[in-house]
Amino acid sequence: MATHAPPVEFALPQVLTYPASTPPFLVAQGAEGRLYKTTHITSSRPCALKYRPSKSYRHPILDARLTKARIQAEAKVLDRCCREGVPVPAVYALDAGGGWLMMEWVDGVPVRQGINVWLGERPEDDAVPDAEVADETPLVDLMNRIGEAVGALHRTGVIHGDLTTSNMMLRPWAGGQSNGVSGEDGEKKKAVGGDVILIDFGLATQSVADEDRAVDLYVLERAFASTHPRAERLFTHVLEAYKQAYKKAPSVIHKLEDVRMRGRKKSMLG
Amino acid sequence: MSLETIQIEHVPATHRVHVALFRDVSNADFLQSQLLARNADFEYAFIDASSVASRLQLLSAVYRALTNLIDGTLQTNNVHSEVVISLSPSNNIAEAYRRWGITLGKTKDIVVAKIIYPPSLPSPSEDSTAPAPTLPTTEDIWAHLSENVKGTPVPLSDEQISKSTDWPKLRKYYALNGLPVLAKITDEAAKVKEMERLIIMRMALRGL
Repeated sequence: MATHAPPVEFALPQVLTYPASTPPFLVAQGAEGRLYKTTHITSSRPCALKYRPSKSYRHPILDARLTKARIQAEAKVLDRCCREGVPVPAVYALDAGGGWLMMEWVDGVPVRQGINVWLGERPEDDAVPDAEVADETPLVDLMNRIGEAVGALHRTGVIHGDLTTSNMMLRPWAGGQSNGVSGEDGEKKKAVGGDVILIDFGLATQSVADEDRAVDLYVLERAFASTHPRAERLFTHVLEAYKQAYKKAPSVIHKLEDVRMRGRKKSMLG
Repeated sequence: MSLETIQIEHVPATHRVHVALFRDVSNADFLQSQLLARNADFEYAFIDASSVASRLQLLSAVYRALTNLIDGTLQTNNVHSEVVISLSPSNNIAEAYRRWGITLGKTKDIVVAKIIYPPSLPSPSEDSTAPAPTLPTTEDIWAHLSENVKGTPVPLSDEQISKSTDWPKLRKYYALNGLPVLAKITDEAAKVKEMERLIIMRMALRGL
């Protein structure tokens, strides 16, 4: 990437033009918004600022209304999750009119990256089972924690809308639970250790329909299979933990069968 | 001098924030009467310290008030009363004053916040020879405060604040009772940290 032309400099949102101890750092950029790392109140409190820039192709009134509604919806969902104990970042501040939302900074790497480190950077050769297949427990544990987090989310009545292993963070454990183990093994174990924190609720909705929950799981299942084909068979552990964490899971899993048969869209519209 | 000047992140350099904490204030009623009379000399945010959980909570409210000031979206008369209502999770302004402002006969310890900012610039076509109004210095503010607030100044640290905090009251104000997330935490210090997190979130979500 560095060899290409310098990245496009985006205009900063108004709020980030005021002085701060460290300059804002553009972490990620999507179709709808940009994510900056910056600070909240004091220089020692890192935070993530999600900014939805206005879209010039939309009518200004509609644009303002959509941006505002989406920021508000995301903040409300995060609030609800936090109060119910679902692992998500807290909201620090927001300005719906200004199109930004300041959230707790989650340390660590995306789950996707953790799993890939565990699996090794080899090309996809899922057909060949490893001869020296090491103890898979740490990875299975991670699957369980994912299932638990998603179960807690659905119990709360929130549908994430874009569940992927990139939208989950692995926040390292304080002490580092893999101490004692050294070498490559320890490194790999560390890669899949940590608390699972769900992030990016930009597409989240509040719903208590099993259908919506099943679609949420289906999206995760598909994303998982395409991102980590060599770990696909471990996905059942996610569903197992989901069942443990969420008592109405059986009917959702049942619905999931239907969704698998027909795909994500029920109405065949859109 | 116990008046602290604070640099908050993402606040224009032209705006200055001062905070202080006074214990055992004997003339709280007088201070409130000055606010009600809209005495311009008493433009401060006077906050009942028993309704404050931490420095971070207070500064989050100050930050929100400043944001509203800069955007021109103040919901109250001035930025100082905006600080008080920014502590509230609800849109009820009278209730916010009752809960976070000075209560007659009850308020003992008072947190003071003062925001200094340049008045909006006069249009250049107007008399430009008029001298720019000078802003009060930190010393000026402290002189006025220490003369008028009859109490013992102490540093506004989390430790000092926690001595005044009335947690049962805060749990009620921010609807923290019976929350699943708090029920799971057994460690007392971790619980306070989590409550602070939820309180700041409630404040941020006011009006949604």
